[in-house]
Amino acid sequence: MVNHVTRDMELRQRAWDAAAQVVDPEIPVLTIADLGVLRDISVHDGEIEVAITPTYSGCPAMNMIAVEIEVALERAGFRKPTVRTVLSPAWTTDWMSDDGRRKLKEYGIAPPQAGRGRRALFGVEEVACPQCGSTDTETLSEFGSTSCKALWRCKSCREPFDYFKCH
Amino acid sequence: MTAASITVSETPLVLYALRRADDALILGHRLSEWCGHAPMLEEDMALANMGLDLLGQARELYAYAAKVEGKNNTEDTFAYLRDVRQYRNLLLVEQKNGDFARTMVRQFFYSAFADLYWRAMMTSRDATLAAIAAKSEKESAYHLRHSSEWMMRLGDGTEESHRRAQAAIDDHWAFTGEMFTVDASERGLIDAGIAIDPERLRPQWLKIVSGVLGEATLARPANDWMQKGGRIGHHTEHLGHLLSELQSMQRSFPGATW
Repeated sequence: MVNHVTRDMELRQRAWDAAAQVVDPEIPVLTIADLGVLRDISVHDGEIEVAITPTYSGCPAMNMIAVEIEVALERAGFRKPTVRTVLSPAWTTDWMSDDGRRKLKEYGIAPPQAGRGRRALFGVEEVACPQCGSTDTETLSEFGSTSCKALWRCKSCREPFDYFKCH
Repeated sequence: MTAASITVSETPLVLYALRRADDALILGHRLSEWCGHAPMLEEDMALANMGLDLLGQARELYAYAAKVEGKNNTEDTFAYLRDVRQYRNLLLVEQKNGDFARTMVRQFFYSAFADLYWRAMMTSRDATLAAIAAKSEKESAYHLRHSSEWMMRLGDGTEESHRRAQAAIDDHWAFTGEMFTVDASERGLIDAGIAIDPERLRPQWLKIVSGVLGEATLARPANDWMQKGGRIGHHTEHLGHLLSELQSMQRSFPGATW
């Protein structure tokens, strides 16, 4: 019995380590663990089930992420893993790891600002330029190249940049 | 060969989910029609992004309707194999894109409602609807902010943009009342705490709409006569044309996959 439980815990850890390596196809510097998209892994009789949550309802990367997880787990020796999508609790940028925020910034994307009120109808956000660090920046568009990003411009260095929106 | 329409057992909960799914799918499809045609690249992306959010919401709601119905229907058969009279969306969302002002007014009226609606639905006793609401509420907040900003830019912009925005408001106003209607099928769900009574959102909706229109120097129509029918399948002439495009592939090549 004890051996059984220990074995499941080891399996779960190995599966987590494998799945956690999968990267977001749209932002390849971030893993799904950095993003907080990887929610849970459960083991039942040696069968692996992975729970992921979408960032946005229509995020087209979810299908690809699910396939990549299956591939990563099969490579790690797990047979027929299943990937389940859970909606609750709803994903939030608060789940993004500090490491993830640092990697985003190095990649040239301004990380989400903790504790910003997305509810403010015409809220003024202060977003630092990921290139030069200036906070003299402005929104170009609330919507960017993917659902999770907005398009901004730095008024100091004149570079446009993506901002990972608070959600 | 063409694919025939499905039949749906519209129990109150199935119907409730289908109505909201249809709102999201039809409005999302309308927004997707702008793809490649918007006045500038940023707007092209914004409209496609919002369309994608709505499509995601529709998929969740259709999947739930299919599960509750427990027959052979799926999110795809609901979307592709129901005829116009089987669609249950609001008349507002099926209106044609027209010029950019018409698209933005339609979006503003709907988003101001959807944002309040989804936030209220987070307390639903139905765990799936509450979870869908918690996700949708985050997205509708952006949609409302986006369309509110456009209302101001258009209303308080040039004479031409003001004229077009006001005309769009006047033309769409009669379709806004349907968002607050409740029928016997929904009354039971409201009493059970599964649905919320939209009537209690009306004062807040009016406050948001009046506030933004006021800032935008646009007038709220005095006319209170409202049109309805979408919730029972009585649509304007525009929905059939939209569906013929949305469904053409699955109707002509039943079961076609990528």
